[in-house]
Amino acid sequence: MIERTSDKKITRDTVRYVADLARISLGEEETDIFREHLEQILKYVEQLEEVDTENVIPTTHVLSSMKNIFREDIPAPSISPEEALSNAPDKADGFFKVPRVIKER
Amino acid sequence: MRAGKVLFKMAKYDTVIGLETHLQLSTETKIFCGCGNVFGDPPNSRVCPVCLGHPGSLPVLNRKAFEYAIKVALALGCGVQRTVKFDRKNYYYPDLPKNYQISQYDMPIAYDGKIKITLPGGVHKVIGITRAHLEEDAGKLLHDIPGPSSYVDLNRTGTPLLEIVSEPDISSPEEAYLYLVELKRLIRYLGVSDCNMEEGSLRCDANISLKPAGAAVLGSKVEIKNLNSFKAVREALNFEVARQTEALDEGEAIPQETRLWHEEQRVTISMRTKEEAQDYRYFPDPDLVPFEVSSGVIESVRETLPELPASKQERFLGQYGLGEKDIELLISDIDLADFFEKTVKIFSDPQVVCNWVKGEVMMHLKEQGESIESLGLSPQTLAEIIQMASSGRISGLSAKSVLKEVIGTGRSAEDIVRERSLEQVSDKGELEGIVDSVIADNQKSVNDFRSGKEAAIGFLVGQVMKKTSGKANPKVAGEMLRKRII
Ligand SMILES: [Zn+2]
Repeated sequence: MIERTSDKKITRDTVRYVADLARISLGEEETDIFREHLEQILKYVEQLEEVDTENVIPTTHVLSSMKNIFREDIPAPSISPEEALSNAPDKADGFFKVPRVIKER
Repeated sequence: MRAGKVLFKMAKYDTVIGLETHLQLSTETKIFCGCGNVFGDPPNSRVCPVCLGHPGSLPVLNRKAFEYAIKVALALGCGVQRTVKFDRKNYYYPDLPKNYQISQYDMPIAYDGKIKITLPGGVHKVIGITRAHLEEDAGKLLHDIPGPSSYVDLNRTGTPLLEIVSEPDISSPEEAYLYLVELKRLIRYLGVSDCNMEEGSLRCDANISLKPAGAAVLGSKVEIKNLNSFKAVREALNFEVARQTEALDEGEAIPQETRLWHEEQRVTISMRTKEEAQDYRYFPDPDLVPFEVSSGVIESVRETLPELPASKQERFLGQYGLGEKDIELLISDIDLADFFEKTVKIFSDPQVVCNWVKGEVMMHLKEQGESIESLGLSPQTLAEIIQMASSGRISGLSAKSVLKEVIGTGRSAEDIVRERSLEQVSDKGELEGIVDSVIADNQKSVNDFRSGKEAAIGFLVGQVMKKTSGKANPKVAGEMLRKRII
């Protein structure tokens, strides 16, 4: 995790860290572009800090009038394994096939 | 106790344990979609655009899962969050098709509860519950080692999970074990999860640290994963206490890390992952609007709470007049308690039924290692067999063997008794000739008995049993012998 600097400057390291978390690879030039973009976005959002939010409950959703949307516990049809796998880049025996994610012991 | 105390030296280190338990809730459908919540179907056959994380699909919360969570919260004495929201926990792993898990971050549905455990010696201890929150389960991965691929089955994705986090109030591996036993008992009473560790409907991770006895500062926390049974939890923690004690004695520092319990080698092994702190970047899930929990909702869920173990214990004590140990066993599992009560309704001697349950029934349960339901023994059948034995129609030994056969084959007790001609001869007229001939043939034993050797009667009864190929009712035979000899 990267400490946010006090003056809200976004460093190239921050950009690389965020890109890594998002599984995006950036070239040197792109890193510079996004550093600037992110900094501008943060500066823009920073204006909110001028508002006194002392007694304001954090907004967790913009649809403030809508709440308690449930579905009843009643089964609905699933789709078939063939359908489920139809967009998969790779599959075998009814499974999605992916590069192995654990190391050998 | 005093003698025992001498054996314990003052421990050099305090053990601090906290447990995180994941319960799969036994709803009909998944937490955010209508796919069936079932175990053991063919891979990727219980999926839909929502649980596959397809773009444009929207999750909608299962009301039952929500109510189950509140039910657990109330039973654990937790506060219930009045405004509930869901958050996205972001990470990349192929078992999670959306690349985030819908979970709860800073406003868990339940907080500040407790579980009371009973330590050996009868002392009670309260273990705090920090929080419990709802989240969706991830899919299942199979790894082809040493092949290049992993295989993903997303049937489990979206199964409702309740994560219950304890306070670090647990001071020994044994306490951790007792906490889990008590938690499982409570959850099974509530009927919101079957708590089957083999099928993964109850999973547990343990956090453990050691610190110098009495010290205020906690040691480094080691997390143990891959714990497949309550016994594994206890054993892995015991292993860690020993490992960390040795390291601390040697002056080594304990690194904060995650370790895996290795079931075959019975050791914990460091996962040796990249030491990069996880950054889940939680934020409120915009796909789900907030939930307000009114007092009305809480009260209506409270009304669905069953009789909990403590009340049941008290009621059993008053109603059945059984000993504390007997009651403790009967109420250790809701199904066992119900089975006992249903049997007593038919055969109304609680102590006799209790003896059968704790003896024969428990023995078969342990052998099969499954639930009372899977034994295929109904309360009616058990009552029928007990009735046969207590009326003297069949012997106690035969009754046990009939019970065994009923459990093994599912046949009716009546059929088994008839087919194996297990009925005892209790008819005095039928036994008369045999009793007379035994007396005539065994004068020595008869004289022994007359001269006060009580044991001689046993021998004579044995002779009657022999002559009737075990069919005589030994009680009736004994009575007849005594009458005739004196
Ligand atoms: Zn689904």
